[in-house]
Amino acid sequence: MRAQFQRLQQWAERRLPALTQHRRLEELPIELHRQRIYIIPTGFGVAFTVLLLVMMVGSLNYSNNAALLLTCLLGAATSISMLVAFRTLNGLRVHGLRAGHATAGQPIDVTFDFQARRLRQAVRLDIADNSHSFDVNGRTDVTVSIPTEHRGWLALPRCRIWTTWPLGLFRAWSWLRPHYAVLVWPRPEFAGPAPTLPEEDNRRQRLHRGEDLASLRDYRSGDSMRHVAWKASARHNALLVKDYEQPEARQEWRLDWRHLRGLDNEARIARLARWLNEAQAQGRPCSLWLPSEVIGLGSGVAHYARCMSALALLP
Amino acid sequence: MMATGRTTSHRRVHARVSERTFDLMSLSAAFVLAVHVNHLPWLLSVALIVALALRWWQRKHRPGNVPAWLKVPMLVILVAAVILEYGNLFGREPGSALAAGLLVLKLTESEFPRDARVAAAFACFLLMAALLFGQGLIATLVVAFGLLPALATWRSLEPTQVPVTLPRQLLPALVLLMASLPLALTAFVLVPRLSSPLWGTSNPQAARTGLSDQMSPSDFTELLTDDSAAMRVSFEGPPPPNGQRYFRAYVMWDYDGRDWTRLDMPASDALPVEAAGSIAYRISLEPTHQHVLPTLDLPLQAPAQSHMHLDGEVFADQSVNDVLDYTLHSALHYRLQAELDPATRLRALQLPEGFDPRTHALAAELRQRFAQDDAGIIQAALRRFHDDGFSYTLTPAPLGRDAVDDFLFNTHEGFCEHYASSFTVLMRAAGIPARVVTGYQGGFWNAMGQYLLVRNSDAHAWSEVWLAGRGWVRVDPTAAVRPQRINLGASSAASGQLPWYQSGVLESMRNHWDIVNRWWNQGVIGFDALRQRGLLTPFGIREVDTGMLEKLLAASIALFGIVGLSWALWRRPESDPALAAMRALERKLAGAGIARGHSEGPQNFLRRAIRALPGQRTELDQLMRCYIELRYATVEPSPETLRAFRLAVRNFQPHRVV
Repeated sequence: MRAQFQRLQQWAERRLPALTQHRRLEELPIELHRQRIYIIPTGFGVAFTVLLLVMMVGSLNYSNNAALLLTCLLGAATSISMLVAFRTLNGLRVHGLRAGHATAGQPIDVTFDFQARRLRQAVRLDIADNSHSFDVNGRTDVTVSIPTEHRGWLALPRCRIWTTWPLGLFRAWSWLRPHYAVLVWPRPEFAGPAPTLPEEDNRRQRLHRGEDLASLRDYRSGDSMRHVAWKASARHNALLVKDYEQPEARQEWRLDWRHLRGLDNEARIARLARWLNEAQAQGRPCSLWLPSEVIGLGSGVAHYARCMSALALLP
Repeated sequence: MMATGRTTSHRRVHARVSERTFDLMSLSAAFVLAVHVNHLPWLLSVALIVALALRWWQRKHRPGNVPAWLKVPMLVILVAAVILEYGNLFGREPGSALAAGLLVLKLTESEFPRDARVAAAFACFLLMAALLFGQGLIATLVVAFGLLPALATWRSLEPTQVPVTLPRQLLPALVLLMASLPLALTAFVLVPRLSSPLWGTSNPQAARTGLSDQMSPSDFTELLTDDSAAMRVSFEGPPPPNGQRYFRAYVMWDYDGRDWTRLDMPASDALPVEAAGSIAYRISLEPTHQHVLPTLDLPLQAPAQSHMHLDGEVFADQSVNDVLDYTLHSALHYRLQAELDPATRLRALQLPEGFDPRTHALAAELRQRFAQDDAGIIQAALRRFHDDGFSYTLTPAPLGRDAVDDFLFNTHEGFCEHYASSFTVLMRAAGIPARVVTGYQGGFWNAMGQYLLVRNSDAHAWSEVWLAGRGWVRVDPTAAVRPQRINLGASSAASGQLPWYQSGVLESMRNHWDIVNRWWNQGVIGFDALRQRGLLTPFGIREVDTGMLEKLLAASIALFGIVGLSWALWRRPESDPALAAMRALERKLAGAGIARGHSEGPQNFLRRAIRALPGQRTELDQLMRCYIELRYATVEPSPETLRAFRLAVRNFQPHRVV
């Protein structure tokens, strides 16, 4: 049933140019107008129309004028509700789009900036198998999340703005395909070695290690077997690791593409992404050396975003 | 003004309907029960109301469905109750009882939007069905208001975040109905009516009101306290005085000691009557489900689709199931049947054997006293009613076997039918041909509407006696006892015996209010195929046929469509005139292939235009300077500059240089 419906939809889009006209990429802002708003009765609308016809034939047959008048009243209200549904979308503008950040595999937040001069109630936005409903009054931000798979640019999927306001008898809709893409960051690898540090740094860190044992913590993959507190683990029925005081001064990391030999491109990117995450989590300054560009030493959210974007854009 | 949209995101799961939606559904169901409660068996009404209230309470406190083990027995009980009450499931009464029950049952399982929609649509249908039981103005208005919660139910299912109270939720539905009224009325007037029904119309005999074709003692009591309208009469010229407003319906010939019954006299096109002048009038008769058409005094000719009998009764060919309008002429001063044939004379003197001996003795005594003077006997009898302590009451003492004897010599109290009956018996006993006539007398003259409102409580009975040389003469013995009955109506005559709401100021208010009912009856209920065909008479088109009506309907729907579409497409124009003019210029240039980019400033855009249209460099340059000055030079641009800019834009026509 659903597959058939999709086939029918595809056929309709192929055969009816008016429907497909706006499937080209459109520049923002997009304003909905009469040439691109379609309207058909919903299933309930069709059923109710049939009911109205039955009532009309009945009242005509029994020449019951009061019932006929009421049927006409309901019929007129139905047709006005169609105009109201159209008016809900007519003149609605998508003024802008903003995207958040996400790594591949996680949903990414995209914010639609809707504008309307008067109140539009019960507007709905279907995008990527999700449906959102909202009112637009003046300027309204609507945030939707879109699933991602791969790093790099992700074109915003085709989306549909629709409404069945006010009575659910008619559905007005318009397809949107904004010329807009969001940048998806690479997915970091799950586990792997720490970056190789310059010699003296390494030594200094080892010096700190082993001196003052701070606490025991749960085992995390990647922990050295030498640090496992075996006796304590036996008592607690779980692997515990001796946690040493971190060195006070964060050493900057130099994350270099060229040092990662023997891995393919995606694995290199994944590892660099993991290191960037760790550096960000630890507040450690880092620099990123890529074949395409070099991002100098820095830290903080902006720096992190710049590095991740650079990784995302690697070929 | 910036609003951060509160959005609700949902995958396609079915959310349960909100409490508000359910309240609105319950309200529509309550409305349906209210409009149907009149004809539902009272036990069923009570059960349904209780079930609805319980379900509402249950969902408010413990949300969730009603379990199936409760629903199925309820359904079975409902069907069984309807079958027990009516004998079957089909037809108007059992059908609506069943449907009302099903609506309440539907609510017990209405948890999802789909159920709510269906329930509200079903409620709309049931509201409409209520009009089959009576299509008065008030009933129709109540039903129309019943549509509000149903419409509001649908509206409340839409995901909007604007919170409103329950009454405010009904308001948009009211606005919607008001806005649809013009289209609805146009469609109502123009939808072609069926000249004959497609399938059998029900002929409800149960709701018999009005006069009956036989007269038994205290038949009238119910009628005389029923103040619903019986008919409305408008006259060509001034209305006759109150004392002459006798509307004849049935003529009763046969008396069996208890009941009077009518007789099928031969039909007649023209009565043997000599009339002096006539009066033309139009009667709009409320449905009686009988054939008889009441007429003012003596009709001279039967109206269309009806026939007249020799004694002046008029019967329609089909029973009056809807409001019926008919026009006719009547004589108020006439001589009817100056010659009485022996068979009719015998009929008019017939009395049952062995009843009312004292009345017969009185008649013999009167005959002896007045010899051949029939008029003297009549006068003496009337004087007797007037002087011998007879009183008018709607609750007389019961009469024994010899009803007339009892009334004339014992109880001395009664209303029109007692007086008419005993007077006629007395006359027949005295050898004067006499008969009983029932109909209406009096009525309320509505000065604003220029019509006479006759209620069922104006039902009356009187006598007609035949006098040699004068024919049948009307004698109203009730008038001898209680002249107010003739002048003011039955309820005034029986003052103090009626409930408070039928007396005094309120009654007069109701009389005046009746004009609205009349408009409703004439304008809406009585708007039949015939009236529809005469619709365009003022415009010179005599007869409108179905095809013409369809064309008219299509044309007016198209007209409404244009009005509606222009409303839907209308956008607030640009409030800044300079910006509006700039937009016009942009449209012109876009027509020439130079479209303004979204991030392009006016200066850049117009420079690009100049490069594309070098032939119009000066014009465009001027326009650009003018616009820049308007927008950015001063806070309040001078009106002259503005006017000049708008004029320049209007005159500008891009010429593409090839």
